This record gives sequence, C-alpha cells and structure tokens, in this order.
Amino acid sequence: MSEFAYQLLLTLDATLRLATPLILCAMAGIFSERSGIIDISLEGKMLMGAFVAAAVAFTSGSPWLGVLAAMLASVVLAVVHGFACITHRGNQVVSGLAINILASGLTVTIGIALFRQGGQTPPLGSTDRFRPIEWWLVDALDAVPIFGPIYRELISGHNMLVYIALFLVPLSAFLLYRTRFGLRLRAVGEVPKAVDSAGISVSFLRYRAVIIAGLLCGIAGAYLSIGQGAGFVKEMSAGKGYIALAAVIFGKWRPVPALLACLLFGFLEAVSARLQGVDLPLIGEAPTQLMLALPYVMVVLVLAGFIGKASPPAAIGQPYSK
Amino acid sequence: MMTDKDMKDGRDGAHSFALKLNGISKSFGAVRANRDISLDVRAGSIHGIVGENGAGKSTLMNIIFGLQTADSGDMQVFGQLASIRSSADAIGLGVGMVHQHFMLVPNMSVLDNVMLGTEGGYLLAEGREQTLEKLKQLSSEYGMGVDPFALIEDLPVGIRQRVEIIKAIKGGARILILDEPTGVLTPGEAKQLFDILRSLRDDGVTVLLITHKLEEIMAITDHVSIMRDGEMVAHRETAATNPQELARLMVGRDVLLSVEKEPASPREVKLRVSGLGCSSRAGNRLLKDVSFELRAGEILGIAGVAGNGQTELLEILSGMRTVDDGSIKLLDQTIDADNALSPYNLRELGVAHIPEDRHEHGLVLSFEAQENAILGYHNDPGYVRGMVMDKDAVLERCETLMKDHDVRPPNPSLHASNFSGGNQQKIVIGREVDRNPEILLVGQPTRGVDVGAIEFIHKQLIRLRDEGCAILLVSVELEEILSLSDRVMVMNEGEIVGIVDQTEASQERVGMMMAGIGSDAAA
Repeated sequence: MSEFAYQLLLTLDATLRLATPLILCAMAGIFSERSGIIDISLEGKMLMGAFVAAAVAFTSGSPWLGVLAAMLASVVLAVVHGFACITHRGNQVVSGLAINILASGLTVTIGIALFRQGGQTPPLGSTDRFRPIEWWLVDALDAVPIFGPIYRELISGHNMLVYIALFLVPLSAFLLYRTRFGLRLRAVGEVPKAVDSAGISVSFLRYRAVIIAGLLCGIAGAYLSIGQGAGFVKEMSAGKGYIALAAVIFGKWRPVPALLACLLFGFLEAVSARLQGVDLPLIGEAPTQLMLALPYVMVVLVLAGFIGKASPPAAIGQPYSK
Repeated sequence: MMTDKDMKDGRDGAHSFALKLNGISKSFGAVRANRDISLDVRAGSIHGIVGENGAGKSTLMNIIFGLQTADSGDMQVFGQLASIRSSADAIGLGVGMVHQHFMLVPNMSVLDNVMLGTEGGYLLAEGREQTLEKLKQLSSEYGMGVDPFALIEDLPVGIRQRVEIIKAIKGGARILILDEPTGVLTPGEAKQLFDILRSLRDDGVTVLLITHKLEEIMAITDHVSIMRDGEMVAHRETAATNPQELARLMVGRDVLLSVEKEPASPREVKLRVSGLGCSSRAGNRLLKDVSFELRAGEILGIAGVAGNGQTELLEILSGMRTVDDGSIKLLDQTIDADNALSPYNLRELGVAHIPEDRHEHGLVLSFEAQENAILGYHNDPGYVRGMVMDKDAVLERCETLMKDHDVRPPNPSLHASNFSGGNQQKIVIGREVDRNPEILLVGQPTRGVDVGAIEFIHKQLIRLRDEGCAILLVSVELEEILSLSDRVMVMNEGEIVGIVDQTEASQERVGMMMAGIGSDAAA
C-alpha cells in the first residue's frame, strides 16, 4: 500500500473519530429543531455532559456510569431550555445562549470545587474510559490487500461510543420517518396548530424532542472526555456544538445528509491536523493557527455557498400559543 | 309544515339535538368575546352561524372544539353533558372541525396529514393501509377524490379543503364544524363543497357552518343563528327569513346590501398597461402579457381566486415590484424594466394605494393612529417644520380624517393595533383618498371588515369614481367586484382571461372565467 493511501486511511480514521461528537450533536439538533425548538445549546449540553462523564467515571471507575450521568446532566439542561422555550415561550436563541454560558462557567466552577485542578478533572486511568475495541480477525485479515488495512484502521479499533453514534443515525431516520412519534414531530415543527387540532399536545411533543436532544448531547460530551480524551478539560467542546448545528442546516434537517455533513467537517478537521508542519506546494509550511482555523473557514464557505435553498421547519423559533 | 327530517328527529327523541349550549361565556382580558350564549343544533341539519367579524363566532367554535375553554356555561353533545377541555376530547365525542386557516402541513403528503393524530399504531406502516382504504371509501361515497401521495403544497386550495374535511370525518365525526369555508374557493369549488355538505347531512352528519356570507346561509342551511357583539341575538329557520333581516340582526340596524350607483361616465385614459410580465425569484411566471386600460371616472374590478397574479399586478403598479417585460403608461410617465418609479414617486404623481394586506403594507400597527394617518405623506410641507414633524398639524389631520371617515373610537393617539379591522381600514382609506388621487389602486378593501363598514367603504369608492378618479379594484369577493365595478377583468394564473362589461358580468360567467375558462367559451 502506498504511503499516500496509508496517510489517507489514517486521515479517514481520524475523520470518524472527530466526526463522532458532531454526529451525536447533529442528531440531537435534528430532533429539537424538527420539533420547532432552535437548539444552539448543543454546545453547552455537550460540555456539561463531558464534565459530568469525566467526574463520575473518575469517582466510580465505570465509564458506563459516566455516560449515563452525562446524559442525565445534559437532559437537565435540555429541560431547562424546554421550560424556558416551551412552557414560558421565551426566546429560544437567548435561552440556548444562556445554557452555553451557564455550562461553560458551571463545569469549571464545580471542577475546581471537586478536584482543585484548575477546572480539569484528574486524568482518567484506562479502565475509567471507553477503550478501542479490536474487532474479530483483525490480525488474520491484515494480509488481505486493501481490505485488511481498511478493516484494521477504519472499521475496527474505535471505542463503543463511535459505533453507537453511527448506529443512532439510521435509528433517528427510522424514528423520524417511520413512526407515529416522528410524523407528529415533523408536523409540530411545521404547523403546530395542525398537531394541536388533531388532539395531540404540542408541549409534550416538544418536551420529548428536547429531552432526546439532551440524551444525545450527553453521549457526545461523554465521548469527548472519556472516549476520545482522558479527562475533562475546560471548554473542551470548543465550538463543536455550533459546527454540529451547521451540519444540521447543511443536511437540511435530515439525519443521513447531516451525517455526511458531519463526516465532511470531521474530514476537514482531520486534514488540518495532518497538514500542520507539512510543506505544501507553492505556499510552503502553513502556520499552525491557519491550519486550525481551516475547518471553521470551510464551514462558513460551505454554508454560504453550497447549501442551496435550505428551508428550515416552518415553525422553528416560534413559541406556540393557541 | 313538518318535513321528513323533522319527523325522523322527532322519533329519535333524546337525540334530536346534536349540540346544546347553555350560557357559554368567555372573556379575553376586558374583551367579552362570548356572553351567555345558548344554542340548540338539531341532529342531521345544516346549521348556520352568522355574525360580523369580531362577533365571537370563531371563539364559540373554538370552545366547542376544545381549542379554548369557556369561563362558564355547559355543553351537551347528543344529549350527554360534555366537558371538552381539548380538541382530543372533542374528537373523542365525534366533533370534527375544518378550520378557516387550514391545519395542514404543506410539505407532507395527503396521507400523512390525514393520518396525523390517528396513526393506528406506533409504526406508521400499521395504519397506512387502513387509511388508504378509508380515503378510497370517502372518495367514492362523497366524490372527494384526492391523490393520497400528493404533497399538500402542490394542491389547489379547494382540494386542500377536501383533505381538511376528510381529516375531520374519517374517524366518524357526527358533528362537523366549518369556519368560513368558502373564503378561498372559486364559486365552482364552493358549489362542490356545498354538494359534499348536503350529502354528509343526508348521511346524518350535523353540519355547523360559520360564515359572513348571507347568500351561503340562504343557499344551504336549514337553521341559522345570528351573533352580534359576543351575544346570540336570534335564531331563525332559514326558510322563514331573508338576507335583509339577517343583515339587520347582524349589524343591529338596516343595511344596504346592494351598492347604489349611477352608470359610469369614463373619460380620458389614465393608465395603460401593455404586455406586462414578471417572474418570481425562482423563475416562475407570475404575470403574463397583461394589457388593459383604466380611464378616469370608472372602476375596473379584477376578479380572480387569490394568488393568480392580482397581488403582483398591484405591487407593480404601486411601485413595490419592478417590471420585467412590457410597459406601463401612467398619466404622462412611462414605466418599464429600465424606468422604475418608487412608491414615493408614484404617490407624488397622484397614485394612491390601499394595499391588500393592511397589516403588512398599510399600517404600522405599533404606531399611533395619527402617525399612521400621514405615513407615506410625512414629507408633505404641511406636516413638517424644517427637520421636525409638526405634531399639531398631524393631530389635526388625523382628527379630520377620523371625523370624515367615521373611525371609531376617534382617538388619534390610540395605537393602530387597537382598532377593529374595519376602523383600521378606514384609516388607510382616509389617508389615501383624501388627497383626491388621480389613480386609486385598491386591494381587498373590505377583507376582515364588518358589514356596516363595508357599506361605508363602498360608498366612498363610488363617490371617488363619480369625482373622476380612476379606480383599479382587486378583490377575492366576487360579490364585491360585481357590485362595484363598471368593467370586470378576470385573472387566472397570471393572465387576463377576459374583460367584460358590468352589464354582462354574471356570477356564473365570471366564476367560469375565474376557473380559467375563457370569456368566449363561458358566454
């Protein structure tokens, strides 16, 4: 296998790892926004999830307990968002921003109070985290050309949360398009009155949607601190929630296109990491900062130029009152 | 005289009333929308409810359907005391409703919309076959054919309404409420709707029809109840009443239903439109080769179902939209793709515009009446001193306007949003007509306006015409077009189907033309 192909394979492998939190948050965003609730608090919920996952995993020694606690914490924030936006018909952007700011401050404050390490959690031992899973026959298939390395690097060797994230995409699509809940969810984000006049509670439906968003963001956060990383670091979500939101829009609020958008953004991030310190033709070695900014610049370009007509759910951002 | 139906009802005894309301009251803040309303609706009849806008009809229907809860009073459905706290309760009791603004999701299929709320299982696949079967059955029983897989947004309004009716009755609703169902329909579609309603009644469904169109009440209902100012003022057998009596009961005084006017004496051409065309941003042709003339001293009425190019035509003529093809000769100016005139220029030339949507384009609702009374004319020397507004002049102007146009309450510092629809419209009309414009563009002058105000507005338009103003009138109310216009121009899909003289413009002929059937074929 050529050097270039191997590098590409490693980049794709990194793509998958970097895209996982985006995929989870994007699915969360789809559920919330399809129900009509703008969710810029993906970021804050993920950050809170990351902190709680690391703290609980460190204390209990169980990564699974960490994920569950992260989901719970994230759902608490989601319900706060729901309470502000659904019950009290507040401004959804303001409420989302408030949650992001709250999560950003609260994680560090509690972190300092609990662990006295400047807002971080102590580094997690390998049993406290999700570790890569070696699939069957990796070594045996190594000899197979092309498929062998792909199987080893790309398919096998990720932690459980990566596979869960990928599995959640078809599950989300199934929920949205094949079930009663999905039909009602899609309808409530378009014409909530239609749902109301069919005798279905708009509020309950939207609460369920934001709670699902909370659960998914919690997993995303746990992935950051106890899957991909080994402990919580201040502001470790680093804008991923917003990138995921961009992926939702780029994917026109549909799970599979949003997955592809997440993979694209993940790929850009992986490439930018790989290109650091590399001599590029014509321009020479690009500054690290520029390379780090690359994925974000690309997100802006993609959203501005290539998205075409994105029609969001018609009732998004509008509080429902009879 | 006892009809067959009465005898059947009599035999049924306990079930002779589908719906009985007793002392229903509902207030929104200080506004008492419904006051001590009692109503008996016979099972298997079509029962009309008429009243002016704001009389409380919609509130009452929302209470019956559980979208709102009454402050006091009780309700019986088929003889059982019913507590309806949500639309789910209402649906459970066999009450279905077709709303004035359709409760349909535009980017979902007919099937999905019909299934919403009664999916028949957690997986959509489970109920799908059953719903398709039901759709087929309803379409053969009532002639309500509709493609279950079509997206709602691709369907004409008449068909969308059918979907609403199917939604309401598919679960076996015994009482069907329709709120202003014909507002968006062509006369032909309205007739089809009435046929459907009649066959539903013959199958024992009780129909409650809310409307402000008296001719519909006369045409289809068995009984009628009249509401005014939140109260139920009278009940009548339709056969034993007439439109004049109903109008008097609705308004509380005698009303002239027909417009009295002399034949027009048109003079010089003020506006000549030739080959006018325009496209939407997506590239759809909104207007195609529109040509006509408008003379001083005449009213040219444009009939058509909403959304067939009338809005765009008014927008172009008032300067809100630019011309793509063709040209307009307006007074002594030429407007085409290269020469645009802004609404401001046009106003200076003497073109006044009463927009179709007064909330969007006619008024700033959060401004006071006096500010609204000069909007668009706020640079007139009479209203400014140097850089600042002359508050006294503005106030005086508004007071005069309110007096001349009978705006109630005559309070210049009240915010526009606090006036009723009719009085808001009077402010707009007063502002636009008081400078004696040469050309007046009027869109939906009486939309959402009560009967009393309609009479007043119509008189104003006729007076202006007699004074020599050239008036272009767009309205989706065919009745209004026919009674005011000297010539009637019919538009369909952005094209002019034909222009007919008032004397030859019958309801049937114009109705056919509105559906796109040419004037020759229709004649």
